[in-house]
Amino acid sequence: MSNKIDLTLNINGQDHAVSVEPRKTLVDAIREDCALTGTHIGCEHGVCGACTVIVGGEAVRSCLMFAVQAQGKPIRTVEGLASGKTLHPLQRSFMAHHGLQCGFCTPGFLMLAVNTLEKNPAIGDEELLDVLSSNLCRCTGYQNIILAVKAAREDMRTKEEAVAG
Amino acid sequence: MNEQSGGTKWIGMPVERLEDPPLVTGRGRFAGDINFPRQLHMRTDAARALPGVVAVWTAADITDVPPIDFREGPIEKLAPYRQPVLAIDRLRYVGEPVAAVFAHDPYVAEDAADLVTMEVEELPVLLDARDEPGEFSFGRDTEATILTQGYGDVEAVFKSAAHVVELKLTSGRHSGVPLECRGAIGRYDASRDVLELHGAAKVPHRNKELIARMLKRAPASVQCYESHVGGGFGIRGEIYPEDILVCVAAIRFERPVKWIEDRREHLIAANHSRNQHHHIKAACTDEGEILAIDDVIHHDNGAYVRTHATRVAMMTCGVLPGPYRVPGAYRAICHFRLTNKTPAATYRAPGRFETTFVRERLVDAIAHQLRLDPIHVRRLNAVRVDEMPFKRPLEALGEEIHFDSGDYHALLDITLNHVDWQNLNKELAARREQGEMVGVGLAMFVEKAGLGPADGVRIQVDTSGEIEVITGGASIGQGFETVMAQVAAECIGADMTKMRVTHGNTERIEHGIGAHASRATVMTASATRVAALKVREKALDIAAELMQSPVDTLDIVNGEVVIADRPGGPSMTLGAIAAALGPSSKARGDREPGLSAEGWFYTDHQVYPYGNHLAVVQVDPDTGGVKVLRYVVGYDIGRAINPTLVKGQIAGGFAQGLGGALMEEFTYNERGDPLAVTFADYLMPTVRETPDLEIILREDYPSPLNPLGIKGAGESGVNAVGAAIASAIDDAIGIPGAITVLPVTPQRLKAIIDGKR
Repeated sequence: MSNKIDLTLNINGQDHAVSVEPRKTLVDAIREDCALTGTHIGCEHGVCGACTVIVGGEAVRSCLMFAVQAQGKPIRTVEGLASGKTLHPLQRSFMAHHGLQCGFCTPGFLMLAVNTLEKNPAIGDEELLDVLSSNLCRCTGYQNIILAVKAAREDMRTKEEAVAG
Repeated sequence: MNEQSGGTKWIGMPVERLEDPPLVTGRGRFAGDINFPRQLHMRTDAARALPGVVAVWTAADITDVPPIDFREGPIEKLAPYRQPVLAIDRLRYVGEPVAAVFAHDPYVAEDAADLVTMEVEELPVLLDARDEPGEFSFGRDTEATILTQGYGDVEAVFKSAAHVVELKLTSGRHSGVPLECRGAIGRYDASRDVLELHGAAKVPHRNKELIARMLKRAPASVQCYESHVGGGFGIRGEIYPEDILVCVAAIRFERPVKWIEDRREHLIAANHSRNQHHHIKAACTDEGEILAIDDVIHHDNGAYVRTHATRVAMMTCGVLPGPYRVPGAYRAICHFRLTNKTPAATYRAPGRFETTFVRERLVDAIAHQLRLDPIHVRRLNAVRVDEMPFKRPLEALGEEIHFDSGDYHALLDITLNHVDWQNLNKELAARREQGEMVGVGLAMFVEKAGLGPADGVRIQVDTSGEIEVITGGASIGQGFETVMAQVAAECIGADMTKMRVTHGNTERIEHGIGAHASRATVMTASATRVAALKVREKALDIAAELMQSPVDTLDIVNGEVVIADRPGGPSMTLGAIAAALGPSSKARGDREPGLSAEGWFYTDHQVYPYGNHLAVVQVDPDTGGVKVLRYVVGYDIGRAINPTLVKGQIAGGFAQGLGGALMEEFTYNERGDPLAVTFADYLMPTVRETPDLEIILREDYPSPLNPLGIKGAGESGVNAVGAAIASAIDDAIGIPGAITVLPVTPQRLKAIIDGKR
């Protein structure tokens, strides 16, 4: 079981050369081999979404994927959201609206929401609730998460319009 | 002006949280993120030699380690029922640790654990606390103890009562289930002979004492460190077998030992809660006044008595009457019984979620049986504002219950007016006429918070002007740092965003109460206030000399001492004052060195916030599914240090209550195998199941028991959800008293509806 495979994971634009067993999950490789512990493990069976990262443009559960499967695809994690000291609008919005308490589910919700709003900045409320219902939070009762994502949706839309105009 | 800063007000403001920047950027440090060089990884289970495995332990390898002791100290009668760190001779529940495997790599540890085989002779299981107790060990049965609370002559009042109302009710087994599973990292520093437990939570100081007691070490040689904690809810942070195992292994191997729980383990090994059966009777007058209550409780504590001992059951007996007077007599007899299920203990609003369900079901039943309006019955029985403070000869957490202040009737009116109660009922009745199953339910409750007797905080200002608030509290995600910073900043006259709040680190402060029983804001914030006012006084005292202006002309505004009526005049930063108070500073004179102070807050009694919950639900007759259309929480918190945080606590608690009312249940098959071992079987509310919550947050009755008037926030959102939803479902399906068991799963409700047809 120690037949390790050498591979390169590109996370937040940076290449990480790692040597992992084929059975190693993507989340374990991100956390242990790339030392990016912002991505969390909540259930390891694909329900809670705490480990959500963006792989090749899609929000995925990194506990349900092997590290070898992510080779060659750009991976984005919570550590890559801010640019320098400037927070991503969603990070700012989660803070402004108390969209987190313990913060454990937060990276997963952030990556899910970022991916959703990037793909569809004009997403409607109902569809947004459907998407957000794919992750679990045990602290907030969700209200402030919904508020935060809706506010960021408006914020990102206004910024896009400003850039376009 | 020097009693209070004329600068920025922080208390009562809905400010952003100090905690958030690392948490939104992936820089949090949870137990799983902590690593030490040369660490080993532990799995508990049952293993054989495999490359990379360092050791496999069973009970025979740790005969020097006693069972997990009670948090508050030894209790002789219950001692035989404590859980051994690894099972001895008998396995009492599925999920009980049998063996511990230590390996270089977590994957290898898990492989090895999978290889463990056991020869187990299957014995009959005991799964219902109402069944006849069985043998626990030689000469001891599974009824560990019987608890009672009460007053008055119950038989006499019942004998002469006009009406007796009787109910049998059950609260199902569910639990806190934080999103982060448990984790513990033991580390032994042989150079200093200090044992460290990382990943501690909730009550690090208590745990330090408990570990020291169990491992026969001096408390000074044991230190606990809390990192980020992914949700507490009462169940996390108690001492479990794994915490002791990593400590013992760290000492024996002289290597760090890390254990991170997986979700399946969590659902079968971490504390369960809530499972009680009540057979309750009320003696009433024709008008619906409750004269006496007689309740027989079967409390299902699972397989062992863990750190809390009988706390939940005793609390149940004491708080059951809630806001109602019950003047004649009261008796609660609780059969505290063990079953072959995961051990149970506290979960957010322990004893209150259950008793509010039972008591409010009882009030609804009284109203129905006597053909009275349920709101009228509540009003008639609720303690009136002119009866405050109201003393009741029952106890909660070892203290006699004294409701400190409040107007239960006024808050009830506020909630009813908020929804336009009469019209709401008419609208729902009209919809029912049209064939919809919709209904409304209301429940009243009294919470309790701020258990004393004492908490201390140290505040120190460094020469850069940064203020550190060192507490023995704990942060489990509730915004602890933010609250303490708000109080300290306002009392000193400083900028809260420049504060550093320390918690959960036994090396930094000698005493601490942690974060439980909604204590943190009441106790730790009150102590923070005392320390902050002392720091302010010290700063002003020396500033008066250095600035050559009398103390009463000075103020501290945003961390700077100024002359209050001379804007743009001379000023001194707190950093400069801290330097002037340095041990070798001449300016200090004969003052005590350091711009720092310790503050203690003492109290003899808990505070009792109160509120009501109102639910509007719709039932799908075909599936038995329940949709919550509207939910209102009216709550008087006395004083909200940060209203947004308080509302967050209420909303989060509500979602957990909703799970316990409709979805979440740990079930077992007839052999005692747990059936809820993944998030596909143990269903928790998502965005889709959790409706918008309307919170009416009131500060009408600040507590007279602490200077800030605080009453505690953590458990009000969960307290009455089961009660309110049960009542609303009754109304929706048109069967008074239909709901007797929580959670009201679609299967259960469908059977009730089909039974009616």
